[in-house]
Amino acid sequence: MTQIRPSRSNASIRQATNHIVTAISILSTIVVLVPLIAILFYLIYKGASSLNLAFFTHTPKPVGESGGGMANSIVGSSLVLLVASLMGIPIGIAGGVYLSEYGSGTWMGAIIRFTADVLNGVPSIVMGIAGYALIVVHQHHFSALAGGVTLSIMMIPTVTRTTEEMLRTVPNSLREAAYGLGVPRWRTVLSISLRSAAPGIITGCMLAFARVAGETAPLLFTAFGSNFWPHSLNEPIAALPLQIFVYALSPYDEWHRLAWAGSLVLITLIMLSVGLVRYVTSRGQLKGGM
Amino acid sequence: MSEPSRVEVPLLNMQVAEQSRRAPAPMVAKAPAGIRRFLHTQTSGAVADRAFGGLMLTCALSILAIVVLIVVMLLDQSKLSLHAFGLKFFFRTAWDPVSGDFGALPFIYGTLVTSFLALCIAVPLALCVAIFIMEISPAFLRTPIAFLTELLAAIPSVVYGLWAIFVLVPMMRDHLGPFLAKYFGWTGLFGGSNFGEGFLTAGIILSIMILPVISSITREVMGAVPISQKEAALALGATRWEMIRMSVLRNSRIGIVGAVILGLGRALGETMAVTMVIGNNPQISHSLFAPGHTLASVIANEFTEATGDLYLSALIEIGLALFLVTIVVNSIARLLVWAVTRGKPVAAH
Amino acid sequence: MGVGIEVVDLNAWYGVTHTLKDITLNIPPNSATALIGPSGCGKSTFVRCLNRMHETNPAARATGTVKVGDRDIYRDASPVEIRRRIGMVFQRPNPFPTMSIYDNVASGLKLNGFRNRKVLDEVVERSLKQSALWEEVKDDLKKKSGASLSGGQQQRLCIARALAVDPEVLLMDEPASALDPVSTSKIEDLIFNLKNEYTIVIVTHNMQQAARVAENTGFFLMGQLVEFTSTNVIFTKPKDKRTEDYITGRFG
Repeated sequence: MTQIRPSRSNASIRQATNHIVTAISILSTIVVLVPLIAILFYLIYKGASSLNLAFFTHTPKPVGESGGGMANSIVGSSLVLLVASLMGIPIGIAGGVYLSEYGSGTWMGAIIRFTADVLNGVPSIVMGIAGYALIVVHQHHFSALAGGVTLSIMMIPTVTRTTEEMLRTVPNSLREAAYGLGVPRWRTVLSISLRSAAPGIITGCMLAFARVAGETAPLLFTAFGSNFWPHSLNEPIAALPLQIFVYALSPYDEWHRLAWAGSLVLITLIMLSVGLVRYVTSRGQLKGGM
Repeated sequence: MSEPSRVEVPLLNMQVAEQSRRAPAPMVAKAPAGIRRFLHTQTSGAVADRAFGGLMLTCALSILAIVVLIVVMLLDQSKLSLHAFGLKFFFRTAWDPVSGDFGALPFIYGTLVTSFLALCIAVPLALCVAIFIMEISPAFLRTPIAFLTELLAAIPSVVYGLWAIFVLVPMMRDHLGPFLAKYFGWTGLFGGSNFGEGFLTAGIILSIMILPVISSITREVMGAVPISQKEAALALGATRWEMIRMSVLRNSRIGIVGAVILGLGRALGETMAVTMVIGNNPQISHSLFAPGHTLASVIANEFTEATGDLYLSALIEIGLALFLVTIVVNSIARLLVWAVTRGKPVAAH
Repeated sequence: MGVGIEVVDLNAWYGVTHTLKDITLNIPPNSATALIGPSGCGKSTFVRCLNRMHETNPAARATGTVKVGDRDIYRDASPVEIRRRIGMVFQRPNPFPTMSIYDNVASGLKLNGFRNRKVLDEVVERSLKQSALWEEVKDDLKKKSGASLSGGQQQRLCIARALAVDPEVLLMDEPASALDPVSTSKIEDLIFNLKNEYTIVIVTHNMQQAARVAENTGFFLMGQLVEFTSTNVIFTKPKDKRTEDYITGRFG
């Protein structure tokens, strides 16, 4: 007869393995958090020491002259992102409404959903080429508009899919309640479905916004960058990520400092926009509401 | 509910009794007369409904149109290069804008090497982090750590590149590089001069960037493992690690593969940070210290300077290739993740 | 004032399943009519066919004639117009969680474009009084969400919402099945008081409830209307053997 009782050494090996694996996973988590903390530390340390009023009020100075800022890039980024949001968010939300309220279960809906996922995974540099081929080639010059449209194309699939997911969480009984009152379908979609899913949809839009706000590659061949204040949407325009890219690769310490400061501002803007909307949507709700 | 076979007496009595204790009807005003008239004269909204539905469909179709348009445009603009080199484009090592001789092999090599390196570093770490957050971490640490790893995903690519140029590259040049050359030089992977920029640095920065993607989807997949499975393992006397191995990892392995492939898709197309630290040199070198180029970085670097139609066309063809490869990779990944998180139960073995 | 409902040869399908078979009956105005039967017998489908709610499910279809008042609802009007005349209360309370109590009651009018604030105030108060909820909520009409109320209050809020559009008919699909006994008895009191003003059709799986509130009762079984007559008769001298079996608890 073989002995079936587990031996003591076997049990202690099992325990030891358990402890080793636990230790490894704790260690890995620390290893992962180190670069994050390092990046944040460098950003704040290098960025804050280079920030001054001129950064927010001046355009870049030519090489050799000290001072200067990235004010035109901040304005440029805001304009490009405004164009992107004005185009991308409504189209994205409408696409999500179609997928959830009209096309769910149809082959058309399935195709569009798949296409949105495909578009979501397209590398940003390819979107840059697409923007170039679709707009710049026909306009014959780089422009803020081209940059904005390219970024809006990147926002659409994200907004569409979050809108769809959020609308699916709205209980069907609410739609039935509205139909039962003789409310037309379009009104039900707007006032009941979208209204109920609004907090989630707004968060999704903000995440899409934050994602494209830091994008550089799609702007390389569309917005192109500029050292001057923007005058119209139909000319090359500066953008924070582009300017950071140019300054980071330059050989001048002065510009390196501006790149760090620009990165700090960019990340702060991204975090603020996400945080602000989360805060606003969490307030102004009725007691006991969703 | 038990009722006697002759029902008339009890039920009727009950009804009378109920009625006698009823509260009197409240006195209320008559309904305003205008309401019915108003509602009955409202339109059925059929026209508005059709218009609204059509508008939604149009917007949804625009997504389809955009993708089709991108494919058509990319094909059209890369015609020159497609005609000049055919499929051999992807197996040629030449990249000579002056004489108009182009091949994509160095970039494919660079993309594969950096992505592979990134996966080698990121996958074990991401798995450990996911296991830590889901199974080991005390509850109060769970949300902050999950939040911090998600924060990694919110940092723009160009900021990673900036950090890599000023922190990672010097570290690579002065500390990590010499260390690797000394102790692992025999592998042949760490030969040649080390300037800090090259495949390895690009791989490391990529690994940091794809880690949150892999980790968060792995967490999602692990979260889909039923608690009963875990309890079953624990009830058999398994240690925590044995429970994780037997129940959690075994049940979520297909989803984890999906998460890894999704991370690969991200790594293949990642542009800015890689462009800033890879050294930008179209060569195939077996040393990881050597400068290189990826599909994405060559486009970012040379697109605006490309003179000549064939040059531009070759770059766009590289973009087209990148587009098609990421579509395939992402589709596979989504299918795998979907199979675990919402599809039918994965076949047990 | 309510109107009567005349149903002739109503047939309904859900996919390939024939869920209602040749239903013909007359529901008198200003009275409560109960529909009883085991689950899956078609009674819920039947009330949903009375305001064309079945059309919200693409797999469902119906043929036959349903006249509400003098209108043939399948031919003379669109579903939206029909539903403005016929109120509906559902099995589970479904107040709009993003709206205040006031807005919930006013939603039928507001969402259909009614804007007169003075009339709205009047209608909200009246409807909440009719549904016996006014005293409990009058202090936080605009402060609290409809979803913050208890289950029974939510259902009375839904009744108020249905009454606010001054419907000719009120359809109730097992309105008390998800509620506790106290709330149930409040809802029954309500129905009893409302039936003088509206034509009420109530689906219930609870036979005592039918006996307590309804003048007439119909018994559904496997998609057929087995018997439809006055409540007293159906619970004391049912003509059909199947009705008697069901009422005496021999099956179902």
